[in-house]
Amino acid sequence: MTATVDDQTSRDSFQTLAREHLPCLYGLARRLTRHDPEDLVQDALLRGYRSYGTLRSADAGCGWLRAILVNAYRDGIRRDARTIDEIPVEDIADFSLYRTLAEEDPFPYSDSLHVDFLHAFGREDVREVLLRLPAIYRVPLVLRYIQGFATKEMARLLALPVGTVLAQLHRGRKAFERELWTYAAENGLLTDRSTR
Amino acid sequence: MTEGLQRLIPCGEAVRRLWDYVDSALSPEDAAAVEEHLSFCRRCCGELEFATELRALLHPHAKDDLPPRVRHRLERFLEEL
Repeated sequence: MTATVDDQTSRDSFQTLAREHLPCLYGLARRLTRHDPEDLVQDALLRGYRSYGTLRSADAGCGWLRAILVNAYRDGIRRDARTIDEIPVEDIADFSLYRTLAEEDPFPYSDSLHVDFLHAFGREDVREVLLRLPAIYRVPLVLRYIQGFATKEMARLLALPVGTVLAQLHRGRKAFERELWTYAAENGLLTDRSTR
Repeated sequence: MTEGLQRLIPCGEAVRRLWDYVDSALSPEDAAAVEEHLSFCRRCCGELEFATELRALLHPHAKDDLPPRVRHRLERFLEEL
């Protein structure tokens, strides 16, 4: 069976839209999953192509494709029956990276301890820290702080109440702070560069 | 006259709201309470600067790269749709 002109036009139009957003989709996939981000992008492209008729405006295409990718990722987690680990609130509620740095003082010769600590992290280090977090926290952090979604958009995308999204963001930020500290200790980032 | 004056929130409460304050996600009343606290508390001002830096650390300044091998694979996939 040959494709109709409409099918062909729709396919060309989808391909153009998708090509434009491939770097963004791949960047998002890399921050959500350590393994096979390309497979995740492919899954999202296939889902997007199948539901292309539901996209009302090409201007909304980027957000639409990113939402499809996030849902494909979440479906994948559910399929794998992996548990979505939550960190007990009491374990992270009182953690403050700011205070920990001030108390532990890893760079005693630094005049700008807190900034120096953050500058020790390269882009791939930050990605690794994010990937260490439970998905329940990683997804909201990536959507908000890397992809720039508003809380209401996130709630719609994740099919969660706004209050739940806010709570996950709050715990996610705490978990991110704690994981930065742990990662730095494990990877030699707490060595004062001025004394190396 | 106490109308318009708010109870000064403690440090713990201010710090809990700092990220949301940086995100402009607080109600005007809560934002005002944080600002009032910050006007009195130097340590929490340090926490605020740190929260702003942490937020910037998460946000990539450069655009995401698409390695040629990955681009080739994904474009071929698109062609085959």
